[in-house]
Amino acid sequence: MSRIDDYRRVAGPGAVDFVLRLAEQVQGRRVLHVTGGRLGSGAAETLRATVPILAELGIDTRWETTGGDAGYYATARALQAALEGAERGPSEEGLARWADMNRLNGKKLDLGADLISVHDSQPASLVSARNDGRWVWRCHVDCSGARADTWTSFRQFADQFDAAVFPLTGFESRLDIPMFVVPPSIDPFAERNRDLTPREITEILGGLGVARDKPLLVQIGPFARAHDPLGVVDAYRLVKQHHDVRLALAGTADDGPEQLELLTRLREIARDDPDVVVLELPAEAHRQINALQRAATIVLQKSLRAWFDLGPAEAMWKGKPVVGGYTGGLAQQIIPNVTGYTVHSIEGAAFRIRHLLNNPELIPRMGAAGREHVRRSFLITRQLADELALAIHLLR
Amino acid sequence: MRTAAHPLRFAGCVELRQTLDVHAHDERELMSRIAEVPADSVYFHTFGYFLRHHPLTTAYGNDFARWAALEIGDRALAERLAVVDPFAFPRLDALRDHLVAILGDHLQRHAVGGRLEFDRAFHFQRSHIVEVPLGLGAATLAEFRAGLARVDESAIYLHTVETRVRARRAEAFPTWLRDGLGMPELAERFERVDPYLTTLERVRGRLLGFVDEALEDGRG
Repeated sequence: MSRIDDYRRVAGPGAVDFVLRLAEQVQGRRVLHVTGGRLGSGAAETLRATVPILAELGIDTRWETTGGDAGYYATARALQAALEGAERGPSEEGLARWADMNRLNGKKLDLGADLISVHDSQPASLVSARNDGRWVWRCHVDCSGARADTWTSFRQFADQFDAAVFPLTGFESRLDIPMFVVPPSIDPFAERNRDLTPREITEILGGLGVARDKPLLVQIGPFARAHDPLGVVDAYRLVKQHHDVRLALAGTADDGPEQLELLTRLREIARDDPDVVVLELPAEAHRQINALQRAATIVLQKSLRAWFDLGPAEAMWKGKPVVGGYTGGLAQQIIPNVTGYTVHSIEGAAFRIRHLLNNPELIPRMGAAGREHVRRSFLITRQLADELALAIHLLR
Repeated sequence: MRTAAHPLRFAGCVELRQTLDVHAHDERELMSRIAEVPADSVYFHTFGYFLRHHPLTTAYGNDFARWAALEIGDRALAERLAVVDPFAFPRLDALRDHLVAILGDHLQRHAVGGRLEFDRAFHFQRSHIVEVPLGLGAATLAEFRAGLARVDESAIYLHTVETRVRARRAEAFPTWLRDGLGMPELAERFERVDPYLTTLERVRGRLLGFVDEALEDGRG
């Protein structure tokens, strides 16, 4: 577990002292975070790092989770998907049972705090049991295209909060409460981002079967159409006509028919081309992803819809230029011509990759700029400052 | 050595952003929305730009010009908006009127392009500035120099940009130099520093240069 002083080694000058000064204004206050679980989500990963640090800073910080039966989880998943724009939403009966189950959760949990942050949709209806304190709904996804009927049902709970927080402006749907923006961040000491020795990288890549005898293009991301892995293969093929490169596609795949079909197609491509490596990894394969990003010559994130995927920030922290789609949080992370390029097409991705490979002096220059950009804008110290500022503002 | 009537307390700041659920999908909507949004939002997208702009980012001068360049792809409009120096306007409403006039004039000469998708629209925001006392004070010019050299970059923004336009607990550097330390000439030099199209670190460098000259001349 990292302590706040550890971040002095990696954060910008004065950043840690700044957080300490901010924390003085929240010391003695009780902060509670509630999530739907302790694993898997980006929110949970961030809380694993920030909750102990906030406690170390003298802020009484707790983290609770809600739970229920299989129907509860199924409705919560359907609700979350519908808020992200899925075609099918949860049934009225399912939502009623979900709310009932959260009423039970509310009776079991100690919800006494000055500031209660409820993350994502699963625990959101706990707000109906609110008593003291200021309540904040933390939405970590893009709700701007939420199913209208689901949003109408969900909004009866969301509007009971004192405020909502989104990762990016434009991710919100209509609410009657103030809506703040706090972008996510990466933890440089997490397994996914911590320094690895050259030997560790070689060993991990050996274990994954990725040779390092030619420039390596890497895309990390779920095997889903939103992340366009087939488009990445097409871009690689355009590049391959001029440069002898290798492509590694690594990520998770759920068991939906579309994802399985996509993965099958990618495996066929990899069978026919030894320079295409397809790696289906478990969600907890942070060390492997870390090594792949560090071994990459160029990191790709050619997503068509990317919410606030922090892949570019992780890669830039490792000193890699990023060629990414112009969507969601990707466009916020990549500074065109400085830390990489944002592209709108397969051809655009191939053009930028070739440009970097033909001008190799740009690769370390952009990599260094990317690391500085992340140090300033996407490290956990910046998010801690934002979180504390939010608490100060709401508890005034 | 002069000692100030009251010490300067250095403070930094965090900009807590609030999205207003007000959006513009083309130039015409941008013009109408700029005319309607709260003054705080006009401030956020113009003066507030200086807190977010840093050496790695491309200088567009304000968020409206950046959007016109990157999303609308209208370079002429982007240039006309970029050249608007917010410090040249005595009040936010005058700045707002000028931006609306530029857009109105541009729309008379050029057809509006297609409407953008929501994710590329201009999303209006405002901010809440949370001040952060940094535990550093200065009662003399030498102490002021030491603090100025080491404070967080956001303190340069708070004491030079934010306090110039909006009332804050933090004291503007020129106010303290004039009223606290009795150095009106140095205060005037500070007031003439133009943060437009530069970075806060460069502003810090210029201010330090003025203080060093004053110290060398024995005026401190």
